[in-house]
Amino acid sequence: MSATGKVKGLIANLVMIEPEGAVRQNEICFLETAGDWLMGEVIKIEGDTIYVQIYDSTRGVRIGDKVTFTGSMLEVTLGPGMLSRKYDGLQSDLDELEGTFLQRGQRSDALDMNRNWDFKPLMKTGEEVVAGAWLGVVEENGLPHRIMAPFDLKGHARLLEMAAQGTYKVTDTIATIELENGERQPLTMINKWPSKLAMKAYKQKLRPFKLLETGIRTIDTLHPMLEGGTGFIPGPFGCGKTVLQQAIAKQAKADVVIVAACGERANEVVEIFTEFPELDDPSTGRKLIERTIIIANTSSMPVAAREASVYTAMTIGEYYRSMGLRVLLLVDSTSRWAQALREMSNRLEELPGPDAFPMDLTAVISSFYARAGYVTLNNDEQGSITFIGTVSPAGGNLKEPVTEATKKAARCFYALEQRRADSKRYPAVDPIDSYSKYLEYPEFQSYASSSVGKDWISNALEIKNVMLRGKEAADQINILGDDGVSIDFHVEFWKSEMLDFILLQQDAFDDVDMFTPIHRQAFMSSFLLDISRRNYTFNHFSEVRPFFRKLINTLKQLNYAEEGSDAYEKLLEEAKELSELNVEVSNI
Amino acid sequence: MKKQPFNIFYTEIENITKATVALRADNAGNEELALVEGRLAQVVKIRGSMVTLQVFSGTEGIANNARVEFLGTAPSLALSDKLKGRFLNAYGQPIDERPAVEGPLTEIGGPSVNPVRRKQPNTPIFTGIAGIDLNNTLVGGQKIPFFADPDQPYNEVMATVALRAKADKIILGGMGISNDDLIYFKDTFRNAGVLDKIIAFINTTQDPPVERLLIPDMVLTTAEYFAVEKQEQVLVLLTDMTLYADALSIVSNRMDQIPSKDSMPGSLYSDLARIYEKAVQFEGNGSITIIAVTTLNQGDITHAIPDNTGYITEGQLFLRKDSETGKVIIDPFRSLSRLKQLVIGKKTREDHPQIMNACIRLFADASEAKIKKENGFELTEYNNRTLAFAKSYTESLLAIDVQMDMEEMLDKAWELVGKFFQPEETGIKQAMVEKYWKD
Repeated sequence: MSATGKVKGLIANLVMIEPEGAVRQNEICFLETAGDWLMGEVIKIEGDTIYVQIYDSTRGVRIGDKVTFTGSMLEVTLGPGMLSRKYDGLQSDLDELEGTFLQRGQRSDALDMNRNWDFKPLMKTGEEVVAGAWLGVVEENGLPHRIMAPFDLKGHARLLEMAAQGTYKVTDTIATIELENGERQPLTMINKWPSKLAMKAYKQKLRPFKLLETGIRTIDTLHPMLEGGTGFIPGPFGCGKTVLQQAIAKQAKADVVIVAACGERANEVVEIFTEFPELDDPSTGRKLIERTIIIANTSSMPVAAREASVYTAMTIGEYYRSMGLRVLLLVDSTSRWAQALREMSNRLEELPGPDAFPMDLTAVISSFYARAGYVTLNNDEQGSITFIGTVSPAGGNLKEPVTEATKKAARCFYALEQRRADSKRYPAVDPIDSYSKYLEYPEFQSYASSSVGKDWISNALEIKNVMLRGKEAADQINILGDDGVSIDFHVEFWKSEMLDFILLQQDAFDDVDMFTPIHRQAFMSSFLLDISRRNYTFNHFSEVRPFFRKLINTLKQLNYAEEGSDAYEKLLEEAKELSELNVEVSNI
Repeated sequence: MKKQPFNIFYTEIENITKATVALRADNAGNEELALVEGRLAQVVKIRGSMVTLQVFSGTEGIANNARVEFLGTAPSLALSDKLKGRFLNAYGQPIDERPAVEGPLTEIGGPSVNPVRRKQPNTPIFTGIAGIDLNNTLVGGQKIPFFADPDQPYNEVMATVALRAKADKIILGGMGISNDDLIYFKDTFRNAGVLDKIIAFINTTQDPPVERLLIPDMVLTTAEYFAVEKQEQVLVLLTDMTLYADALSIVSNRMDQIPSKDSMPGSLYSDLARIYEKAVQFEGNGSITIIAVTTLNQGDITHAIPDNTGYITEGQLFLRKDSETGKVIIDPFRSLSRLKQLVIGKKTREDHPQIMNACIRLFADASEAKIKKENGFELTEYNNRTLAFAKSYTESLLAIDVQMDMEEMLDKAWELVGKFFQPEETGIKQAMVEKYWKD
């Protein structure tokens, strides 16, 4: 029997409740006011006062309003049919809600309860069943959607009954198992999981080692992201965070992409709604929306549900990972989530940490990032969640609590720089400050040299070095003037400009340039590094700029040319010829 | 919230602070309005039978036996077609010496639009100002602020934009504007003969600052009425959002909340987003476009107010005085319209993106040349040409007092580029050069 209670106080969306019966921390409850049922979560218990954050507007809530506790924590409903859906932070299907405006207390089912699925059993009666075991499979948008045993299943159960191949609804019983204590448990295609807890139905977590191809050169070539890896993108407004993240969402070689729009502009999710159904997924030929799940808790939607939205997204990711799939999870932006935590901590009158954020911010962020990863499942299959979050640092200053906390948790750092964005050098990822820790992983080093490209890692390091030398040369030129430094400084600078324009900058709106396959990236970096290693001689500094400008122009056209096309071959030849001029004789 | 059959009143106030009074009362609802000795107040906190009321106009002179009466409703506004041409205060009461507006009472600050019911904005709004139309095209359903120092003519620019834009309704939210500015707005709209398209909610510097907090919700509830019920294209003007945010910090301070950056409440982002996110293109014809003003302190955009605004709005228009020509311009580098990609070259002439980018690139070259010059380095012939170009570009296109239509702007841009440069110096695609280049 679940507890009930009565409202005895409130400030904004923090409600104090006088309970009747036992209540647990993080338990979900419903507050009834003026005919609306408002959902909330217990966030503090103090004597006979239960503090609940309500996920909705509390306008009109009165002392004495009735509260019903559910006995369970915030749960995500998992099953076939989630792909291409648009959920709010609490997993209501937005398409199923009525009206133009989001009405308070309105909810809808996360899954289509009436749809029929072609179910194929994967196990036989009598077999042993562990948590997350693949009982059967249905096809969801071309992907094998495994129907799994409950993730909180303890020890070893035995499969007593198994449904025959055929069509079933998600609510139909497809199997019955016998638990270790002898109890019989019927299973449907639906699983539930409390979103704040990490799903651990796997054998072990490995260090990431496989490249996650994004086709974005500054990521793949310079700061590679791996399957099961973590990264974050901080940047002031207007630096292209969202464009970069959407490019990753469109292009990354993943089976399932989950985009959580957390406290950001609604028009940005509208862009995804509008474009993704039109765009093709290059690996499957299906539409992008078919592999995508969107969790939209945009900035004007209830603040308290923002926190829930990122956990909902992560839990759905863990579910698809348990099927042995490659999941990519993007959250834009984790700063808004942190701000939601701050608002609540403030209302609870907790002692504040830096910038009034709660003291445990670093711990909360770290344990969230830790849920990503590359795992070996109980059946020895492998799956991964790659997690990339954006951070919106206040005032563009990276020395603020959310950026600092995230830096400790994420392994890749894609720093967007205002100056690059101002001069329209997109993506504005700073080649010097950004990093991928994975370049140092021996697992990735050996994988890269055998499966990606022999010189992949040494090239990445060399490119970074050329960029650094170029920056130093530019600083000297700015201080001493064009003719105050030796001509070599100009050459160093322009070599870095060449790498910048041709490798780092990429046109996200051009059909060819937006995606560069790995082998083409490998070829271009070797080709450009080859040029940058040469010793060029010029008689006067003023000759350096036109020489490299011309070369850069040709190479830029090459980037726009389809590989193998006549234009491509011609431009490549032209670039080779241009690059061989002005080379010191001893070099040839 | 239902109106109660009869209103009980209380006369025992236990606590009075600068902005709040607290008393024991039964059955008060959160955010419910009350009258404290005739002054409007709102429930902000309830603890058992202790109810805290925020008094909008302040608590000066309130006695601890003042009469407190609960009104049983959250702040509301009478919505009807009769709002046209009216000037109202923060409570929706007339300040134009005409009778109160009639219509069904609607609570302000309603819920947000379901994201799946929004449409992608795609109708350009032309203003006749090249710094906007050419470089930072506005789109119906967009939200964008002017970032301006207090000495810049932002209200004048905003009035110009409002008059040129072909909106069905213009709803002005004045927060902490001076009486002079109020008269300016009234005169401008009257002289342009558009008073019947205007609805204004005004809080001037003579009114209590906390009342300002009601203005955006009044304005946007009205906007939603005309955009949803009447399927109209509504343009909302909010000035000055910095003063609105200041009022938020006053309240949060008086409520003993812990301030975050720049003494602003930790919820500043959500508070501002709730307002700006009301900008929307509905599935039908209706839309709400928000143009706001955020005044800056000496151009500092890292302050919490412009910083949070920038993360919420779809770009910003940066007003700056050009020292070379003495003109107020819309800074082409720091301004941005995020939605322009949806319309330029599609709803405007095909050469728009190319010629716009070329001009900005060349203007950037000019500012580099300027720095070089200031540092005492010798200028090349190319440097000198970029400087000459920048001057013409500023005077004939960027200056906000230049008015022309889109077609003329594009032609003018080609003319300037052709006058100072060779096609290969501009980086414009060959096909466009062949079609539009002017020698």
